[in-house]
Amino acid sequence: MAIHQIHNISIDGIVTCVPSSIVKTVDYDLISKEEQNLFTKTTGIIERRVASSEIACSDLCYKAAQKLLEEFNCKEEIDILIFVSQSPDYFLPATSVILQDKLDLSNSCMAFDVNLGCSGYVYGLSIIGNMLQSGQFKKALLMVGDKSTTSTAYTDKSSYPLFGDAGTATLLSYKENATPWYFNLQSDGSGKNAIIIEHGHSRYPYNSDSDVIFEIDKGIKRTKKHLALDGMEIFNFALREAAPNIKKLLEYSSTNIDDVDYFVFHQANKLINESLRKKLKINIDKVPYSIDLFGNTSSASIPLTICHQLKNELISQKQKLLLSGFGVGFSWGSVICEVENVYTKLMNYD
Amino acid sequence: MTLEAFTKALEEEFEEITPGTISPDSNYREIEGWSSMHALIVIAFVDNHYDIILSAADLKQTSTIKDLYNIVQQRVG
Repeated sequence: MAIHQIHNISIDGIVTCVPSSIVKTVDYDLISKEEQNLFTKTTGIIERRVASSEIACSDLCYKAAQKLLEEFNCKEEIDILIFVSQSPDYFLPATSVILQDKLDLSNSCMAFDVNLGCSGYVYGLSIIGNMLQSGQFKKALLMVGDKSTTSTAYTDKSSYPLFGDAGTATLLSYKENATPWYFNLQSDGSGKNAIIIEHGHSRYPYNSDSDVIFEIDKGIKRTKKHLALDGMEIFNFALREAAPNIKKLLEYSSTNIDDVDYFVFHQANKLINESLRKKLKINIDKVPYSIDLFGNTSSASIPLTICHQLKNELISQKQKLLLSGFGVGFSWGSVICEVENVYTKLMNYD
Repeated sequence: MTLEAFTKALEEEFEEITPGTISPDSNYREIEGWSSMHALIVIAFVDNHYDIILSAADLKQTSTIKDLYNIVQQRVG
């Protein structure tokens, strides 16, 4: 069972970088005004940030990391760089290695990619935390984000208006005697078809079928190169799995719901998060949102929400956070962590 | 919750619908402007009130509000 605890780590800072270009739900002209209103009511999405064709996810993460390293002036001390994303620069080499060079980090810094989406931030914290806790490494950069908007078809109303782009960087350090962090990580690959881009990798390389347009349903037209999303399957998965995962983690860590200052959930859909909040009987003030202004930003949604909503809370005092990510895979996980004096910043790319 | 209360509460979830226009025998897919988003609202409503998660297959078996209510009652029971 992937329930575990990690000692001796702390978060020093989190920076999120978003493109400045705003796309509004009311401007999506393939659905009626009534559908737009219902979409915003259900998902919470009023607008989102979309990167232009020349901006890659790694560019957003790079800009965020550059700001973070400038703030902490610790470039030479970074031992680990992990890039968690499903929109890498190339099929190969790994984007993390490209970022190591671009950020001018030492050649003795290890760098590798992790291919995860909605659960990626929590998984990234666990991977880095496990590596740091022994004290052999002192500082690590977790770079997490996605440029999902390149994968969605404009003619697919079930995915196109949902996603926004964002890149983040989190600086973590070895810190002796820090309060332990508790994790509960899970996976279920039987849900692989619920969110999938079928063509373009080694299972189905691009071929003449990749450009064939399928009409799946009214208002849903896409090719197999595009992201396909089964909203009801994901909705059911999140309702079924997220709350038990969190309850188990609270029990394992002997934490009461009231002991947690903020619950930062992956921002996929307001209806899911509100159902989760009600199920766990959490006060509305403890559940910050960013989906209204940024859409579903995949793995970046948790750090983005922290930077957007908890800037003052994190810099001024100690906070107990419960972070929970759930989605593509299916892959999901939660962490309970105590943070103090964390520098956060939300910035525009250009 | 009685069938009538279930119907009324569900109608309230669909904010844009004029109160009193849905009855237990209404085919919910024929409600004006019905979309897949409404199906998510139904699933969330049932989950919030009964802690029961209806699947796409469950919804396919139903057409009226009464059918939905019955399926929920079977699970509760």
